[in-house]
Amino acid sequence: MIPATNLLILGAILFSIGVIGVLIRRNAIVIFMSIELMLNSVNLTFIVLARQLHSLDGQIFVFFIMTVAAAEVAVGLALIISAYRLRATINVDEINLLNG
Amino acid sequence: MLEWIWLVPLFPLIGVIINGLFGRYLGHKIVGILGSTMIGLSFITVSIIFVDLLKLPPEHRFFTKTLYDWIVAGNFTAQISFLVDPLSVVMMLVVTGVSFVIHIYSIGYMHGDKGYSRFFTYLNLFVFAMLLLITADNFLMMFVGWEGVGLCSYLLIGFWYGDNYNAYAGRKAFVVNRIGDFGFLLGIFFIVVTFHSVNFQEVFGAAAAKYTIGAPIITVITSLLFVGAMGKSAQIPLYVWLPDAMAGPTPVSALIHAATMVTAGVYMVARANVLYTLSPISMALIAVIGVATAFFAATMGMTQFDIKRMLAYSTISQLGYMFVGVGVGAFAAGIFHLMTHAFFKALLFMGAGSIMHAMSNSTDMRMMGGLKKKMPITYWTFLMATLAISGIPGFSGFFSKDEILWQSLAGAYGNFWIWLVGVITAGLTAFYMFRAVYMTFHGELRAKKEIAEHVHEAPSTMTVPLLILGVLAVIGGYIGIPKILGGSNPFEHFLDPVFEKSLEIRHAAGLVPHISGESARVLELPLMGLTFVIVLVGIGFAYLMYLKRPELPGIWTKKINYVYQLVFNKYYVDEIYETLIVNPMAAISESFLWKFVDVKIIDGFINGTGNVVRGTGRVVRKWQTGFVQNYALSFVIGVVILVFYIVFM
Amino acid sequence: MVTVLLYLFGILAILSALGMVFHRNPVYSALFLVVTFFSLASIYALLGAQFLSIIQVMVYAGAIMVLFVFVIMLLNLRKEVRLPIGKPAQVIFGVIFGLLLFVEGLLIIKSGSISGTLGRYPQAKVNVIGNVEALGNLLFTKYLFPFELASIILLVGMIGAIILGRKKMPKEL
Repeated sequence: MIPATNLLILGAILFSIGVIGVLIRRNAIVIFMSIELMLNSVNLTFIVLARQLHSLDGQIFVFFIMTVAAAEVAVGLALIISAYRLRATINVDEINLLNG
Repeated sequence: MLEWIWLVPLFPLIGVIINGLFGRYLGHKIVGILGSTMIGLSFITVSIIFVDLLKLPPEHRFFTKTLYDWIVAGNFTAQISFLVDPLSVVMMLVVTGVSFVIHIYSIGYMHGDKGYSRFFTYLNLFVFAMLLLITADNFLMMFVGWEGVGLCSYLLIGFWYGDNYNAYAGRKAFVVNRIGDFGFLLGIFFIVVTFHSVNFQEVFGAAAAKYTIGAPIITVITSLLFVGAMGKSAQIPLYVWLPDAMAGPTPVSALIHAATMVTAGVYMVARANVLYTLSPISMALIAVIGVATAFFAATMGMTQFDIKRMLAYSTISQLGYMFVGVGVGAFAAGIFHLMTHAFFKALLFMGAGSIMHAMSNSTDMRMMGGLKKKMPITYWTFLMATLAISGIPGFSGFFSKDEILWQSLAGAYGNFWIWLVGVITAGLTAFYMFRAVYMTFHGELRAKKEIAEHVHEAPSTMTVPLLILGVLAVIGGYIGIPKILGGSNPFEHFLDPVFEKSLEIRHAAGLVPHISGESARVLELPLMGLTFVIVLVGIGFAYLMYLKRPELPGIWTKKINYVYQLVFNKYYVDEIYETLIVNPMAAISESFLWKFVDVKIIDGFINGTGNVVRGTGRVVRKWQTGFVQNYALSFVIGVVILVFYIVFM
Repeated sequence: MVTVLLYLFGILAILSALGMVFHRNPVYSALFLVVTFFSLASIYALLGAQFLSIIQVMVYAGAIMVLFVFVIMLLNLRKEVRLPIGKPAQVIFGVIFGLLLFVEGLLIIKSGSISGTLGRYPQAKVNVIGNVEALGNLLFTKYLFPFELASIILLVGMIGAIILGRKKMPKEL
């Protein structure tokens, strides 16, 4: 068994990759996938800590996060589709109606 | 019953509320009766309070009723509380009594006016404010009443605001009074700073205990308070509003601009007698201004042809007498004259109103004459009032005016010159009053035919009040018969407790009457006689010039044309004020305050605020790229910084 | 053996995640993400969370990723594929601050400040009861109310997706 610390670092790495993905990609779908990656890194952290602390509550949380993520993906993708219908693109740098 | 003092101002307030809110739906009859009834109820309450007060021993005739704390700020408190003492009761009796009579008179006088309910609302509001002024037991509440009566005065002068001149007259009264009120307010500020209180008892007590006669701060306070009195009571130099105030309905002139409001200044000085006693300079100032006003107003009254304006100058002149009274330390005599004046001057105005009623609202005495036969009640009551104001022995004005004149010579602050001018003024008063009587009631009617045919005696709602006041004008003086004429002057003794402290101060300072004891007894009667002779001379001249040989005035005025023109034009005071004060003010207001301060500075400030916001926005909005990932980046930067701060700091 | 597998799947997860972020073509990104999910599912299984491991495969790798791929196929993204993945400045700053965030996380983990009181379910006990049964016990007793709420969230999400995904918005909405 490797120490929990290394698994937590794995979670941090995945989370940071997700953040970088959100920040740099212009494709809305990939941004969305990056967000999913961040959620998953949090899930990993939950499970590692749940095991370390002898508690199942962390796993329950993961269960709920997955539920919410599923709903979120459904709505989010629907939003992307309607945005695409409206502007014929999903590049976030082209959707800038709020610029001053 | 003293407990119920708050009912006194409450009744008129109820009248204000009902007439003010629902008056237009009630019908003229109910409005008039309601307004008068409320004042009547007030009068009854005051009478009961008066009787209760008489039952108490003189030194205990003092009562305050506190309703609640009005202002509590640090160690400063001002309360809504009422003061019952002989002075306030006398004033309440005069105000509610005369108001009641004039309210009834107004029912007839205002008959058919389309502002009927508005008129009674204002009139009740005035009585309410006046009673507040009188019953206040601190300077602040007095000031509320003071401003309240000023407001009502303004509203009622401009009552027929459709006419531009009336509205102008109202504004003039308001503005001139503001000048006086500014001084009054400054005086109150000084009182608060000096005594940390506005309560009469506390202020006067502290003043008597801490300051000696001639203390500069007291002089400052009393002079400033007197500036307020100058405005409200129409003294030189702030008297100019009162003649124009005659633009209001005649009952208003009778009630506000003759009997009650304009005497507020006299009341205030009498109320603050302790402060004034401590300041001989202020006392001298009051006496000098009073006598000067009395004299100059009397001369102006001599040349007027408008009956109401003539009475207005007469009022100013008589107010001058009252100030002479309080200015020479004869506070009771001043209040006494205030009371008798309220009776006969209200009567004179109501008589004038009755004449106007008959003459189709003409006020020019040159158009009148010979009304004696057609309006007997008006004539006889007017004559009674004239005899009273002229100071004919036996009538009310005689007792009060002679008391003032005697005190101005013999009293502790007396002075020969003040007395002399006062006596001459008495002669002038008799002259212009009899001039008015002769021009109006005697000789031939000089009016146009269609007006002349219309002349008739007023309805009973107007003549009954005339008769009531006529009786009072005759007998009102008998409550104050001086010792020398075999009386005991109960009026003065009734007021004594109020002025007791002033007397103590005076005694402590060794101020005693100039003339007393044996020489007083010898002098007083001959002086009375001398005044009477001068009055008779005045009447004689009036008889000669306006009844016996009507061509004389024309000849004589030609001979002294320059003087006559000067007096006839009221010494050009209005014109001087216009050039020296009003026009420069208007010019400064327009070129500097409006064109520069308002347009450039204030508008510039407001527009500048908008421009700054817009300019900043123009720059700052570039930050809003509309590019979602910029926002996300700043979000992440914020998270990095926050985590750093929370975890590592 | 387990340790080796953990490192293996961990490295695989990191690499595929990087591939997901940095590959131009969103279809490839999606496939890289599937690999990451599978790696994580394996790690869950190795950590004794068998139930979540299965769910991870079913929900994420199965349902969610199918949705993603589906949407990518629905939209015509040929133009985007030829562009760089993002604006240059945005890429530089994004990477810098993402790395800063990682460094901070690393420092927190290394400082050992993450701790807590021990619970009532050590791994040995869970192994005896069975992971699914233990979770089910908790889910239907202590977490019953959140469980029901989760079902409502799913329902709302479903309705929202249907309404947003319709071709034309109804006029009254």
